Amino acid sequence: MKEKNIRRRLIKDRLFLILIGVLSLTALIPLIFILGYIFRNGIRVINWDFLTQLPQPVGEETAGGIVHALVGTIIIIGLSFFLAVPFGIGTGVYLSENRNTRFSVIVRLCVDLLMGVPSIVVGIIAYAWIVRFQGFSALAGSIALSILMIPMVVRGTEETLNLIPPSYKEASLALGVPYYRTMLKVIIPSGFGGITTGVLLALARIAGETAPLLFTALGSNFLNVNIFKPMHTLPLLIYDYATSPYKEWHHIAWGASFVLVIFVLVLNIISRLVIKKWKIQF
Amino acid sequence: MENSILTIKNLDAYFGKTQVLKNINLSFPYKKVTAIMGPSGCGKTTLIRCLNRMHELTADADYGGSIFLGDVNIFEKNPITLRRHIGMVFQRPNPFPNMSIYENVLAGYTLNGIRLTRLERDSIVQDALQKAALWEEVKNHLNKKGTFLSGGQQQRLCIARALAVKPDIILFDEPTSALDPRATTHIEELIEELKKTVTIVMVTHNIAQAARVSDYTAFLYMGELVEYNSSERIFTVPKDKRTEEYLTGKFG
Repeated sequence: MKEKNIRRRLIKDRLFLILIGVLSLTALIPLIFILGYIFRNGIRVINWDFLTQLPQPVGEETAGGIVHALVGTIIIIGLSFFLAVPFGIGTGVYLSENRNTRFSVIVRLCVDLLMGVPSIVVGIIAYAWIVRFQGFSALAGSIALSILMIPMVVRGTEETLNLIPPSYKEASLALGVPYYRTMLKVIIPSGFGGITTGVLLALARIAGETAPLLFTALGSNFLNVNIFKPMHTLPLLIYDYATSPYKEWHHIAWGASFVLVIFVLVLNIISRLVIKKWKIQF
Repeated sequence: MENSILTIKNLDAYFGKTQVLKNINLSFPYKKVTAIMGPSGCGKTTLIRCLNRMHELTADADYGGSIFLGDVNIFEKNPITLRRHIGMVFQRPNPFPNMSIYENVLAGYTLNGIRLTRLERDSIVQDALQKAALWEEVKNHLNKKGTFLSGGQQQRLCIARALAVKPDIILFDEPTSALDPRATTHIEELIEELKKTVTIVMVTHNIAQAARVSDYTAFLYMGELVEYNSSERIFTVPKDKRTEEYLTGKFG
């Protein structure tokens, strides 16, 4: 009787393990298919010209490349980085330092709300506040993207700093180190790995944003490095070219998708390496 | 009493509305070890944290009365300069996790933006680590992270870090309660050695430890200073009944 019961339990254990294994494999299938499909369609058009040339008119011998979108993506993402990181880290530090004041509760709530605002709404806001007065520009696009990025950086910073034991802060203050130096030289460096990871993942997220850029950076078929002018990015180019009627342009869109996926993948891998390298033992 | 370096006058301390220290009067003699002992919750940690003004860093902490370092009231002094004169070693070893052993010892200088030459740095590090009896064990690993050391070694590193800035007084807040017996013996021997150069105030809930290492002992109970005398007298002929009961294990 007892023996039988135990055997039944062991069988249930086994079945449960198989079930969760199968479910997690199923969850992976779409991802593998998507990546495989993009890889198959994208890799064909990737060559040196694709990465260094501007697109050619339809009907030309070569289809040309996406250098303008590649440069645009790097500029717009870079600019968003510089706009979002000071505010994001500053707010994160503030929230972690003042956990229960009325102001910090309100700020935390706003950050959570901002995280939930759909990206296209942020795009429209940037259009209404910036583009209507200044015209379409890469800068407006970067501002829209940085608004999306800030809450992610805030949360990443706050959660990282909350894990740092308060005893390090005390040790520093007890050495007569002023508060601002304690934060800048002890607490933030101790959380460097976690904060950087948060920033990199946020960058990877906004690298694929299209909607806010439609209203702001607009897109441009020329190689442009002036941030006050419209600029192309990879997601915008994919949107444009994939909805065009030309077969050559569809190929370019696939190629650009491939490059974008690789870009995001590289950011993810770097953040893994950062976690490993700057992992701090408490 | 011999010439004292730090004198507490009518000190009260509060957390919100709870009064944790009641009218404490106490003076710490120069280059001696003074132990503050008492059962948990008696306010001994609060008392020691008042001495370098770490108490006021806790939200809604408050205090009344005065503490004199020489003839200056520390509550009128800038806490940052005060803390460079009065160092502190905590209950749990807390070397900075982002710094090497070498950098940890120098933290009191580098974090304060004080520039030193290579020679000065090397000599400060060696001197402080020797005084903390850690030099022989770590001299070949100075560039390893401080957290790579064992618990007892980490605590001695924290002592070296406090010593490096040449304070007049070092406060020890239950420095051995997170350590094993062997590391504890090591730290106790070190404290005996250190009193040649600095004044030491230590908090302990370990009666035997207070008896072993301190020259003077203060017994604190429910926020009041019950008795303060040379350790010899406290442990042999306590005047107050509560002290006697605590020492004989009737409570605490």
